Amino acid sequence: MTTAASRLPQMPPPAHPRSTTESPFVRGLLIGVALLFLGLFLFLPLISVFVQAFAKGIGFYLRTLSDPMAWSAIKLTLIAAGISVPLNCVFGVAAAWAIAKFDFRGKNLLLTLIDLPFSISPVISGLIYVLVFGAQGWLGLYENADKPWFPWLANWLNDHDFHIIFAVPGIVLATIFVTFPFVARELIPLMQAQGRTEEEAARVLGASGWQTFWRVTLPNIKWGLLYGVILCNARAMGEFGAVSVVSGHIRGQTNTIPLHVEILYDEYNFTGAFAMASVLAFLALVTLALKLWIERKNAALHAAAE
Amino acid sequence: MAAPKNRVLPGFRLTLGYTILYLSLIVLIPLAAVFWKTCTLSWGQFYQVITSPQALAAYRLSFGAALLAAALNAVFGLIVAWVLVRYQFFGKKLVDALVDLPFALPTAVAGITLATLYAPDGWIGQCFAPLGIKISFTRLGVLVALTFIGLPFIVRTVQPILEDFDPEIEEAAASLGANRWQIFWRVILPTLSPALLTGFALAFARALGEYGSVVFISSNIPMKTQIVPLLIMTKLEQFDYAGATALAVVMLVFSFALLLAINVLQWWTNRYNHTGLS
Repeated sequence: MTTAASRLPQMPPPAHPRSTTESPFVRGLLIGVALLFLGLFLFLPLISVFVQAFAKGIGFYLRTLSDPMAWSAIKLTLIAAGISVPLNCVFGVAAAWAIAKFDFRGKNLLLTLIDLPFSISPVISGLIYVLVFGAQGWLGLYENADKPWFPWLANWLNDHDFHIIFAVPGIVLATIFVTFPFVARELIPLMQAQGRTEEEAARVLGASGWQTFWRVTLPNIKWGLLYGVILCNARAMGEFGAVSVVSGHIRGQTNTIPLHVEILYDEYNFTGAFAMASVLAFLALVTLALKLWIERKNAALHAAAE
Repeated sequence: MAAPKNRVLPGFRLTLGYTILYLSLIVLIPLAAVFWKTCTLSWGQFYQVITSPQALAAYRLSFGAALLAAALNAVFGLIVAWVLVRYQFFGKKLVDALVDLPFALPTAVAGITLATLYAPDGWIGQCFAPLGIKISFTRLGVLVALTFIGLPFIVRTVQPILEDFDPEIEEAAASLGANRWQIFWRVILPTLSPALLTGFALAFARALGEYGSVVFISSNIPMKTQIVPLLIMTKLEQFDYAGATALAVVMLVFSFALLLAINVLQWWTNRYNHTGLS
């Protein structure tokens, strides 16, 4: 009854006006506490990355970034992201298609397994590849391997001097692992919510499977897909722990941007480390901006649909 | 119930087959290597590795700091979510967008930045130095790093529930004579608690495995400021693969248990949500 009454403008205010809201003092206090907490843990760190990066001027900044070692780190980061993002994208679409459009047993188990890499420590993510491909690993790739499980594969890899651990393939594999669920977990709930009636209609009207996918499904999921790709890419370019385990830290060869940041930092070249770090921080800000833009776009689409 | 088989749409075998193949190659088979490698140790050796004093100290720090960080985030994350949903203030949209920063910012960047800020001569650290409180390169530093990376989890799980919260419920409680504090404790908080717990568990799980940000802000001294992932890394650098793997198994078992708990919590949250909406 109170609610009905409070909606009528000519009625007196409800009996306990202060029970459904806080006093201005409490409001101000809570806003203050929230901003202080975020300031100490978010805003100051973000500002300080850029301040520290330019501490020795723009010349030093540009010199750090144009260093050949920095360039090779940037190149390797782009390679790792360039391979892992498309692969996980294809996987995400395939997994979402199978899970959202069909019913089968063990679906919940599959969903849990897809999310698994998120709950595993980055160090362990790197470790598992060392155990499979490393010197004493399952595949036993090197001459001193205990007992290679696949001697022909080990021989071939040894003959061609093809290294996985402490080399670029290991970095790519570790990056694929840590970014594995991003696209799939974005697309699965989206495609489940969209159902399968539109695709079924397209099929009944004579479209082939591929036509249905390209002309019906893809336009429906493109924003979700882009969202997943952006998050996947941010993690791929910024991954540190897993890549650190498998990289072997060979300068100019197996260093990504985050690993290069670590090397500069350990050499007490703090300004240089922050200069490299500012590239990644800028990327993070671009990621957040794109994420916000897609969320707005999605909200607008939903509003239009309703 | 949907039909058990749907044959109108093509590609079921192809996509499911590819999903399972890719999942096995990238995740399941390499993960099995951990358990295979552990088998090269006898039970006695395994037990000795995972209960060595250094390992026990590392568990204590990892679990303790992760729990404290998740608790800090639960309190302040709830306040942040509350403020973002209920109040208007200058720059609110920007603040809302930046809450996700720890998800987007690479951990190494977070690590060197926090280490510098909270060092005795850093912007924040110099405020604490006169009080005799050192943050960077101590256990407190580990807590700061873990709080940073867990920050968005609570805010992002509580925020949507708070947005959907029906104000009529509060009005009903008020009309029945409850004061603001009682309404918060007895009406609002119980509704939020599944989401709060889910966020807490997510932040805790993330903090438990965190490596990148902690290595920079911690001094990494064994028995004192060494977390479990770092101990695993140290063993790897000494080519003690079996020892590293034994510790990894312990962490994996905890991760899987947490994952299970989070799934149950999320199911609970969703159920609460639906009953709230209907």
